[in-house]
Amino acid sequence: MSNGTLEIKAISGHAGTVPGQGVSRDYEVCKLIDVTTCIGCKACEVACLEWNGYPFRETVFDNTYQTMPDLAWNYYNLIRFNEHVGEDGTFRWLMRKDGCMHCADPGCLIACPADGAIVQYANGIVDFNQDNCIGCQYCVTGCPFNIPKFNPETKKVHKCTLCSDRVGAGLEPACIKACPTGCLHFGSKEDMKDLADKRVKQLHEHTSHTDAGVYDPAGVGGTHVIYVLHDINHPEHYGGLPKDPRVPLLVRIWKGPLKWLGNFAIAAGILAVAGHYVRFGPKRIHEGERK
Amino acid sequence: MTPDIERFNTRDRAMHWLTALSYVYCLLTGFAFYTPHMFWLAVVLGGGPTSRFWHPILGIGFFLAIVWMHAVWRGDMHITETDKRFLSRVADYAENRDHLLPPQEKFNGGQKLYYWLMYYGTLLLLFSGLFLWFPEYISLSMAWVRQLMIVLHEVAALLTIGGFILHVYMTVFLVPGSMTAMVHGYVSKAWAKTHHALWYIRVTGGEPAPKE
Repeated sequence: MSNGTLEIKAISGHAGTVPGQGVSRDYEVCKLIDVTTCIGCKACEVACLEWNGYPFRETVFDNTYQTMPDLAWNYYNLIRFNEHVGEDGTFRWLMRKDGCMHCADPGCLIACPADGAIVQYANGIVDFNQDNCIGCQYCVTGCPFNIPKFNPETKKVHKCTLCSDRVGAGLEPACIKACPTGCLHFGSKEDMKDLADKRVKQLHEHTSHTDAGVYDPAGVGGTHVIYVLHDINHPEHYGGLPKDPRVPLLVRIWKGPLKWLGNFAIAAGILAVAGHYVRFGPKRIHEGERK
Repeated sequence: MTPDIERFNTRDRAMHWLTALSYVYCLLTGFAFYTPHMFWLAVVLGGGPTSRFWHPILGIGFFLAIVWMHAVWRGDMHITETDKRFLSRVADYAENRDHLLPPQEKFNGGQKLYYWLMYYGTLLLLFSGLFLWFPEYISLSMAWVRQLMIVLHEVAALLTIGGFILHVYMTVFLVPGSMTAMVHGYVSKAWAKTHHALWYIRVTGGEPAPKE
């Protein structure tokens, strides 16, 4: 809702219908990350900070290339450097640009109790609106990728916006613009899927990466950030990318049956005591001695 | 009119209303986080972020008040054989056939059950609530813990809400005199004799029942 130019598809914590739904014909957008051509230059990280106006963070050194341990509330986009030793003993870098996947079925939005703190646009972007965020971090629990990050000072949660402000103005996200190898692509979901499939075919035909594949997990309805991985059978090698991410079952139960059961029980309880009062009325004090 | 008996002294009443106020605050703000249809409660109570900020802090306050209450009332809350006989006649109580009920101590079996429901409910709410308060310290591999704790927090809250609805209904509507007992501290002798005969005999030395 921070963005007036994009059509809204879903709103968190919102009773009733979504205003303006179905009024335009936005197509679904997608960011394609071809990790096979990522060189780990971190230009995307810098572009992200530049565009969003965040300062650089202090780095840590733990004898790897991973100079920042995790995403942060003001760091939406992080290359994960994974040193992977294959079964044949060969060493390989598995570098993956980590960030929000913009799920079609977003666990963060399902879990969020605050009206309008998370919106899903018709083009697939899932955006946090900090004005409405109450800082409960239920989105952290709802997310299968562990992406939303909390700012303890402002008590607001942040994550990649897929540059909804840029996309709304017809521009591509900042990270795409900065990538020097062409590992990042942006376009319609359909085009990006086509491009990813072509790249996978190329990898199968011309390289040894015969397990290459597209990561567009169906468990969350597909994502609007998709990967081409060298080894689609082991996404967990890429710094904890879940194999079959889903909105957690307990979150589904909590926001589904438990809610309705609870609402019903509370309403029934109040009606029951009201009915009891009408039927039996208040208790009277015994007059005199009665055994 | 015979002189009244003190049922709850100042300490009891302070203790009770501390738990009541902190519980009701957590209840209302909790309802706001519970369903979008009641999110307006958070708006009324100062906005979503304010409600979210104070909910856990007042929750800790509620817990501390319960700890105090437990220290004071624990001794009165053991479920005895008399309580079990009373509870087995709950239908007679519900349908106001009070003359069929066995005489009760200061707290009857139902009140004791409510006490233990709130006591264990509070422990559960506190335990699960701590995970909801600081979810960022739980790694992704332990994500099931915070998912489970959210469900547990809500189930515990719903159980206490069930008890709370009954508690408020019974004190405000069903048993006249019990609300004033918690506000001013005193009940009439006839009230004490009717609802808590064993306690009445204990504190008065068994003087004959007054005629009102």
